[in-house]
Amino acid sequence: MRIDGAGLINRNKPVTFSFDGRSYQGFEGDTLASALLANGVRLMGRSFKYHRPRGVFTAGSEEPNALMTVGRGAAQTPNVRATVQEIYEGLEARSQNRWPSLSADLLSVNDLLSPFLGAGFYYKTFMWPRSFWEKLYEPVIRRAAGLGALSGAPDTARYDRAYAFCDLLVVGSGPSGLMAALTAARAGADVILCEEDSAFGGRLNSEAEEIDGAPARDWVQAVLAELDSLPNVRLMKRTTVTGAYDQGTYGALQRVALHMADPGDRPLETFWHIAAKACVLAAGALERPIAFPMNDRPGVMMASALRSYLHRFNVAPGKRVAVFGNNDGARQTAEDLRAAGVEVAALVDSRPEAELPVGFNAFKGAQVIHTKGYMGLKSITVSTGSREEVIEADCLAVSGGWNPTLHLTCHMGARPVWDETLAAFLPAEKSVPGMIPAGAAKGIFSTAGCLADGQRAAKEALKALGLKAKASDLPAASDAPYSVAPLWQVPGKGRAWLDFQNDVTVKDVKQAAQENFRSVEHMKRYTTQGMATDQGKNSNVGALAVLADATGRGIPETGTTTFRPPFAPVSIAAMGAGARGKGFAPERFTTSHAANIARGAPMIEAGLWYRPSYFPRPGDAGWQEACNREVGFVRNAVGVCDVSTLGKIDIQGPDAAAFLDFVYCNTFSTLKEGRVRYGLMLREDGHVMDDGTCARLGETHYLMTTTTAAAGQVMKHLEFVSQALRPELDVSFTSVTEHWAQFAVAGPKSRALLDSLLDAPVDESAFPFMGCGAVTVAGVPARLFRISFSGEHAYEIAVPARYGAALYGDLVARAEVLGGGAYGMEALNVLRIEKGFITHAEIHGRTTAFDIGMGRMVSARKDCIGKAASRREGLSGPEREQLVGLRPVLPEGRLPAGAHLFSENRPPTRENSEGYVTSTCFSPSLGHEIALGFLKNGPLRRGEVVKLVDHLRGVETLCTVCDPVFIDPDGGRMRG
Amino acid sequence: MAELIAKTPCAGLLPVRHGGLSLTECAPTAIHHLAAYRGAAQLGVALEKAHGLGWPAPGRSTGAASARALWFGPDQALLLGPMPVAALARHCALTDQSDGWAHVCLSGPGAEEVLARLVPVDLRAGAFPEGAVARTALFHMSALITRTGAESFEIFAFRSMARTLVHDVSEAMKSVVAQRG
Amino acid sequence: MRITCPYCGTRDLREFSYRGAASDLERPDAEAPPEEWHAYLHLRDNPAGVTRDLWYHEMGCASWLVVTRNTVTHEILACDLARDVALKAREAKR
Repeated sequence: MRIDGAGLINRNKPVTFSFDGRSYQGFEGDTLASALLANGVRLMGRSFKYHRPRGVFTAGSEEPNALMTVGRGAAQTPNVRATVQEIYEGLEARSQNRWPSLSADLLSVNDLLSPFLGAGFYYKTFMWPRSFWEKLYEPVIRRAAGLGALSGAPDTARYDRAYAFCDLLVVGSGPSGLMAALTAARAGADVILCEEDSAFGGRLNSEAEEIDGAPARDWVQAVLAELDSLPNVRLMKRTTVTGAYDQGTYGALQRVALHMADPGDRPLETFWHIAAKACVLAAGALERPIAFPMNDRPGVMMASALRSYLHRFNVAPGKRVAVFGNNDGARQTAEDLRAAGVEVAALVDSRPEAELPVGFNAFKGAQVIHTKGYMGLKSITVSTGSREEVIEADCLAVSGGWNPTLHLTCHMGARPVWDETLAAFLPAEKSVPGMIPAGAAKGIFSTAGCLADGQRAAKEALKALGLKAKASDLPAASDAPYSVAPLWQVPGKGRAWLDFQNDVTVKDVKQAAQENFRSVEHMKRYTTQGMATDQGKNSNVGALAVLADATGRGIPETGTTTFRPPFAPVSIAAMGAGARGKGFAPERFTTSHAANIARGAPMIEAGLWYRPSYFPRPGDAGWQEACNREVGFVRNAVGVCDVSTLGKIDIQGPDAAAFLDFVYCNTFSTLKEGRVRYGLMLREDGHVMDDGTCARLGETHYLMTTTTAAAGQVMKHLEFVSQALRPELDVSFTSVTEHWAQFAVAGPKSRALLDSLLDAPVDESAFPFMGCGAVTVAGVPARLFRISFSGEHAYEIAVPARYGAALYGDLVARAEVLGGGAYGMEALNVLRIEKGFITHAEIHGRTTAFDIGMGRMVSARKDCIGKAASRREGLSGPEREQLVGLRPVLPEGRLPAGAHLFSENRPPTRENSEGYVTSTCFSPSLGHEIALGFLKNGPLRRGEVVKLVDHLRGVETLCTVCDPVFIDPDGGRMRG
Repeated sequence: MAELIAKTPCAGLLPVRHGGLSLTECAPTAIHHLAAYRGAAQLGVALEKAHGLGWPAPGRSTGAASARALWFGPDQALLLGPMPVAALARHCALTDQSDGWAHVCLSGPGAEEVLARLVPVDLRAGAFPEGAVARTALFHMSALITRTGAESFEIFAFRSMARTLVHDVSEAMKSVVAQRG
Repeated sequence: MRITCPYCGTRDLREFSYRGAASDLERPDAEAPPEEWHAYLHLRDNPAGVTRDLWYHEMGCASWLVVTRNTVTHEILACDLARDVALKAREAKR
């Protein structure tokens, strides 16, 4: 019910929204919770397990009950806290975890069964038979108990991530936070002030407080105006600091557009990474409930929340409101209600010595021992010990005292410290480096105390930053002392709820203790207390106190569970912001990409690169036909392929040769200028890292080629060897992969093609097989390498990338004239398998130089990376699986990659495996499939028939072990 | 005889403009990587003599529009503009990188905020004044970023990633523009 | 986590990649006995306390760093260039 008052709602701006299909009106500045309360709606949700009717319980992000689904379709967001969600025109909210409707929920039958459904019920009941665990029990239980659901449609909204930096991060903008931010900002510090709420001011927005003799909100506005005018301050509202991490890193979630009807291009949320040199934690405190019987009725709420609704939203959550507490908050609430003209049904203070104002139906040393009203509170029963009285009330405000919001101080492993006087945990000293708790977060609860402590904390931070605070007076404010008499549980008939969201009662915690789950961590997991989306913000300390009592220990001895990030739920979409679709990973395109797409080539990913798979032509029966044709280009005429994706590393320096001798297992210092050599690189553990060619361009100048996949890894490796292992060598290297567009021109007519293209014909003496040098194309300086990955007479030509697209088009056109054309990855793979050339299918990380038949390349005359380890026992010898070729005994036999190899007469079981297939293709040159693989003692078993079995595809083929080079074994075509 | 037409890395992708912010491709310029052999001091002298440029300190650049040297790493710099004189090669490994980089300019009100969505480095003028250089990450990519004015930055990213560069920066531009006011 | 690169200043974790224990710098001689190579390649300490790791400023200046940090407190005690550490170790050997 809306009342008069000067809250933070804009009565000139009515907002229409809907809840469970019914239309309501609120005002700008309302949350979903305050607007529903203003409309007299008390029932807002159903509990997780028992489907108990529940109403809004708090006015902040700690809300356990009023969780709703907002939006529809792809934009549907479940488990939105109605206390955080601001209303906007057209907002659609729906209740959750109920069927068919919120008021008539069939699964509330669980509530009747609650005597059987206590802690550990599932663990004890659904044990047998085991086969039912995943198929029956879990799905049924999950269906019955739960929260809201996602739509299943992809979320199309925008989310952002962003980085921010500051000297001082102030978390919270109550009196402590504002004072800290102001003090630091005036001293010139670079300040970020984060406020979770949609309005700065903290509790000052929700209390009838005065500062300097005027309403506290005036002071808040004045401070904000000053902060806003300073260039060194960044004000961030709707921003929850969710985690504290190493070296002053903080995570924060900003609700950018969740309160807007049309976000446009705005992100819904931004996840901030904030690097702060210092931090003032002024996150305030959370009021805690009291576990009295049947304390979960819609209409029962925290006293501070009630005051928020009253003062900030001008809503009276009930017509006849009772108040129950163990501290002065109860009296304050009753007085505020009376001042607002709301009838106070009773003021119940558990402290016998409490001083209660006159004019109330007041009870000292009394407790609420029962409530009535299934769908909404109707009455409470108050007991003074000697007598009981039933009092009609439709709302009960409860205050069990305050828990400092110290979660962030625990994120790096520190444990909070129990304070007897405040009956609360306080942040441990130096719990997070650079973080200074202040005000209520540190257990200081008066406004004057918070203002002073905020200033103190800022001064402490400024000192650490090497800045000096300007002298300034503290504003005058109330300095009311905080006195609390611990009251955790009220005995009586009926369930007393601790964790509202996960339906954990006092009895459940006691039962856990009884069944010897005495450790707080065990109790938590057994009862699920504190494991809901509110992470026990309302229930941890209460549950702990009950456990301490049940186990006969004090609270400090019982300990606490660990607070971990995030402080409040963070949507995965915000954390993964931008990384969807095209943002998932960088895409790398060659200069020939557009031409390949124009030719209809399906592209395949090779690392981050996109390369053409094959080039289809009208009438092709499928990819195989295109592939065979392209293999034919290279074997019979000339084929062109973009090989720019291979890593190219330019290596220069007086010690370049010595360096290469150390990183390659074979020798490069002996390579002549203008020549290319195949190189094999090992890891220090003796296994092959990568291979490729390396050209000597000058006396102290080499150009290394890596495989496409390992380019980054090799670069990192070279940097490591150079910086960390051989720092005395004067050598430097830089990747030139991006600068050069490089194309393979392969086949018997490659020379003819190049002669027609280059400014001068290829000079045979300068370009023998494995020769390299400079040429020009249309006046453009280019590099030519006579190397072959196909076994044919072949070249690779490189030009600066700006000419890549033009050169590729020209090369392909010329190749087509000569009866050839472009070839893709499929053909490239066939060409290399036919020649027994390896790729990372073979050098997959577990093979040694010995295994691939290159053991003798590990030079005996020098040290190199991997040399010592490659001599280890077990890394060579007949027991090793070694590279072989395989051809089917019958021409139609299939040789799928991944299949295992067995002796012909042994059963194909795992322990009998003698090897496996790594690469396979149909060889158009031979007319049947061929494969490369690894076989124990393979090279000595050539001619032997082995059994290939692919259990996955159900293939069994007899094949003959052969040399891995299927075509032109003496290399005449390549060299000639 | 062939004829080779040059294409820039961002041809067809840029310019992109959103609410006063623009992302444009910088005019092609010679880019050379200089990696000093032992002792950068002689190289600095040679660079000064040949191109009138001081050797840039870590995270800084020297020179002006037509000839600049950008710090690129320990004892390394990128020479932008002039073709390096051959004599420099006595002191350093000299590598042509002119075609290796997508080289773009982000400018306009909010350019800092755009980059704050992509780059984990404080690029505000106080920490990153004009001429400052950072080798860092731009979302998932490696990049080199330099401030060229109060509201303008130059970004270098791998040529092959030009599309991703344009995608990532323009998405951030859209977001920043939408959040104004 | 933030690491201070001696060249680039304090940078976000995501610019770096991790390699492992800094003992990787202490490569045995080529002719060292197999046990020494085995220890170098395979044996690692797992201290609760101060440890030295190798990090690579991959998305930065490409420096290899030796980062001394405390695995209990998460405190970073020092960030040195691997090159300097390696050269110093060499001098000490002589």
